[in-house]
Amino acid sequence: MDSVSRKRALQFIVGTAGVAVLWQFASLFFPDYLFPSLPQIVRRFVDIASNGATQIDVLTTAARILAGLVGAFICGVILALILNKSGSAEAYLTPVLTLLQGIPALSWVVIAVIWFHGTEFRIFFIMVVTTLPAFTFQILDAVRSMSKDLFEMTVAFRPTRWTMFRVLVLPTVVPGILTAWKVNLGNASRVVVVAELVGATGGVGYELLRQQQLFDMAGAIAWTLQLVVFVLVFQGVITAIEAWALRWRPKSERAI
Amino acid sequence: MAAPGSIAITFQDVTKTFDRPDGSGQFTAVDRISFEVTRGEIVAVLGKTGCGKSTIFNLIAGLSEPTSGRITVEGIDPFGDFAALRGKIGIVFQGDRLMPWRTAIDNVLLGLDILGADRKKSEATARGWLAKLGLAGHENDYPHALSGGMRQRVSIARALAVDPVLILCDEPFSALDEMTAQRLRAEFLRLVRESNKTALFITHSIDEALEVGDRIMVLHRPARIAFEAKVDGTITPERRLELRTRILDVLGSETGREEA
Repeated sequence: MDSVSRKRALQFIVGTAGVAVLWQFASLFFPDYLFPSLPQIVRRFVDIASNGATQIDVLTTAARILAGLVGAFICGVILALILNKSGSAEAYLTPVLTLLQGIPALSWVVIAVIWFHGTEFRIFFIMVVTTLPAFTFQILDAVRSMSKDLFEMTVAFRPTRWTMFRVLVLPTVVPGILTAWKVNLGNASRVVVVAELVGATGGVGYELLRQQQLFDMAGAIAWTLQLVVFVLVFQGVITAIEAWALRWRPKSERAI
Repeated sequence: MAAPGSIAITFQDVTKTFDRPDGSGQFTAVDRISFEVTRGEIVAVLGKTGCGKSTIFNLIAGLSEPTSGRITVEGIDPFGDFAALRGKIGIVFQGDRLMPWRTAIDNVLLGLDILGADRKKSEATARGWLAKLGLAGHENDYPHALSGGMRQRVSIARALAVDPVLILCDEPFSALDEMTAQRLRAEFLRLVRESNKTALFITHSIDEALEVGDRIMVLHRPARIAFEAKVDGTITPERRLELRTRILDVLGSETGREEA
């Protein structure tokens, strides 16, 4: 671990510990259903993490997030390629995507509940429709950031379409795609909870609804932390892939 | 006129026009130009900025389609029969145009990779070219870790590694300091002459044109040949000075024409 990473890890620990101390302090003065003590939250967290039945809920939510993101990513790639290729497609589809971006996730939940019967398809639809515009625009930007100079240089060697994609297009768009995944992962984890809260019979969102009905704040926090851990682990995986894929980037000794 | 089998490039009445970006009609970049380049010849194309040198370069490379006229490179239409010239043209651009995510050797390997050459043999070839250009030991460096001169050497190695029959150079040393440019130019010329390759060298420097070319073509805007001269390998300083003065006059007459 280099000094910058060490410093960041330390800052994260200090910041989180500060919030934990404040929470524990508040728990001394408020009832459990408002501010449960840290040991109570930790116990609930460990219970959920060590119980196979509850872990299925966490894994269900994780699978829904990943399925939604993969679906949105595939649709986003196809749409971005169409927009990049056709000026008229861009003229017609960009306003539609912009409009979709403005629709709140909760509205999509209501629409999906009315439109579809199957819970899984409902959630998949909500995940795709809420993350699709961002994926499309980010992938389109990544494709368009391709250097004209490098494009002409590569074309001059007369590559096949596949070789062109492999040697130039893919390395050019990878940074943008990884950024899109990181941004959309955060969005998707928020949307999936809303979708499960309203229309599901399992998953973290459903469990959060149960905790709310029971006025169990320790349970609500513990379930939320399960999702946060998943997001952090997945963010870490993307960051590791990013660090490997972009290892060629020069590092400045000074930060901005 | 050279014997048909010995011709590397032909331009027959080639014109290239572009639409103006503001939509106010068209402008002619190349105006009914005709010339031939024989195999093994190094032709320096000289002209002021904007005279159409780079358009000619793009036409030969097949990156641009002529509006009218006929172009052949090794008997092949470089635009219409684009893939047929795969591996036959090596290009050294004005900037190094290295892929920043590839190491020096991987950049040299690019053309060979596109040609689908055997990886092991390709690596040996790439290492060989890097060594010839004084970059042994820098194979695994990324472009950002190399100086401007070193990067341009890598781009020369990339162009030569595919063993092309024709090398196109678009002001390849113009972004380098004079000392580096001079040294690199000499190395480049040695390598091209040793392998008896045909080369078209675009430049806006009279001295560079006199140094590299077996023949010099001076262009006036829109690209048409205003002056042409053979440069003998044993050119005397007097003849060089005479040519230099003549080329300056030709370029100056264009300035006069523009001002008038």
